[in-house]
Amino acid sequence: MQNIMKKMISFIIISALTIVTMVGCGKTQGGTVSTDGSTSMEKVIGALGESFEENNSGVTFTYNPTGSGSGITAVAEGRCDIGLSSRNLKEEEKAQGLKETILALDGIAVIVNPDNPINDLDLETISRIYTGEIKNWKDVGGNDLEIVLIGREAGSGTRDGFESITGTEDACKYRQELTSTGDVITTVASNPGAVGYASLASVKETVKALSVGGIMPTEETVKDGGYVVQRPFILVTKSDTKLSVTAQKFFDYITSSEANEIISSAGAVPVSQ
Amino acid sequence: MKNRKRFMENAIHGVFLVLGLITVGCVLLITVYLILSGIPAIRKIGILDFLFGEEWASTAAQPRYGILPFILTSIYGTAGAIIVGVPIGFMTAVYLSKIAKRKVKAMIETAINLLAGIPSVVYGLVGMMVLVPGIRIAFHIPDGASLFAAIIVLAIMILPSIIKVSLTALEAVPKEYEDASLALGATPIETYFRVSVPAAKSGIAAAVVLGVGRAIGEAMAIMMVAGNAPNMPGIFQSVRFLTTAVASEMSYAADGSLQKQALFSIALVLFLFIMLINAILNFFLKHRKEN
Repeated sequence: MQNIMKKMISFIIISALTIVTMVGCGKTQGGTVSTDGSTSMEKVIGALGESFEENNSGVTFTYNPTGSGSGITAVAEGRCDIGLSSRNLKEEEKAQGLKETILALDGIAVIVNPDNPINDLDLETISRIYTGEIKNWKDVGGNDLEIVLIGREAGSGTRDGFESITGTEDACKYRQELTSTGDVITTVASNPGAVGYASLASVKETVKALSVGGIMPTEETVKDGGYVVQRPFILVTKSDTKLSVTAQKFFDYITSSEANEIISSAGAVPVSQ
Repeated sequence: MKNRKRFMENAIHGVFLVLGLITVGCVLLITVYLILSGIPAIRKIGILDFLFGEEWASTAAQPRYGILPFILTSIYGTAGAIIVGVPIGFMTAVYLSKIAKRKVKAMIETAINLLAGIPSVVYGLVGMMVLVPGIRIAFHIPDGASLFAAIIVLAIMILPSIIKVSLTALEAVPKEYEDASLALGATPIETYFRVSVPAAKSGIAAAVVLGVGRAIGEAMAIMMVAGNAPNMPGIFQSVRFLTTAVASEMSYAADGSLQKQALFSIALVLFLFIMLINAILNFFLKHRKEN
């Protein structure tokens, strides 16, 4: 009997110790940087945050994926250090004392099956295809094959970006709404009639990226503005309030050329020289 | 010493009671949470507009939150899976319990256990790579991601539970029943279908209900093969189920938005469906015990 008691007591002590140790790990001394906003920027800002944390021990980086609109509101209300937006600020937002800094550019590639003879579409044709006005590839010079529209789920940053650039908000007649870029690419690769869209960096050889208005999507054409299916990734700050020391350090780091490699590997096109 | 012993006994009883209550607590917590977070959107949208609205466009400038397409898709999809899966599963169970040789039975049972252990994302992946293009080519339709593909995947996924539960029920039929039937001159096949199956019918019914429960709650696999467009269901139509409606939009819905609240309401509707199925299952199991 005493044995059991002893065992139970030691068990409790051990568990208590474990919990104490685990809690201890969570404590940090350094400052914090909080970001809030665009879900499309998750990969880029996540990678940047990670490397910042690695290079500055004790610093905590947080990112709250709420969407561009909520991110802008959060920074205006002082609920976070840096807001993230995947669209330019509106005039009335700038009037609230908000400042935008372009972090990177995001190119969205329009992809088709490699067996599809089409190589080029213009922006207007793309929006007519996605709104269901053009239903067959032969109407745009391709095979006699029904067009199968592949898209992303409501709320996805890529979908939001694609629809706002092509002017097809809420009007796309999707056949499939998939929940990841990988699924879109797999589906387009396996269906000769499919067309989809994906972030430029994630496009693989299994699908063919179309040129838009004669310009192929590459880092260069996104950067010089020639390729039009693109949008900016923007850092939103308050122009009248100073950032905390840590947040300023983070801001300087991600807008410097040092961060370019990380931004490219996360799929966006860096803009700083 | 004696007192102490009793104290220990009571203490350990107490510990077990607490452990048992954890499960009850979880169920209560989830129920209360779902109801509390599911009600506001239904009140805002209106229960009739919500349940019987035919259009879902949660992120549109003029959002519409009608989940009738999802409800119907879930019902059709589950019914389809049962129509395809139950005959196969039931016949397999009859074969395994009555006809199969021991070695064959062991082999098939191993295969069934393996099938039960395959994660649903793998079903989805194989469905996406093989089944969806296969359906597109076989039926000459522009795209294979459809209710039909989801039904096939669900039918395969519910096979293990249907087979296992019906097998247990069939094996529990007393051998005397069958011996008596055989002695009266019935052939073995007549005996199995006229005597063994009726004797095991409540168990088999429980298997079907269990299959329904599994099919209606599945999300991952069908998200990859059903196309997910919020259309009214049609066999080769791209469709969205109740489960996939919640899963596909949850990650991006902003906190506190009507969209997120509406997703909780969908979850609540799904929860009610599953509670109903559980109640039916309990009824069958109780019925069997009483027999």
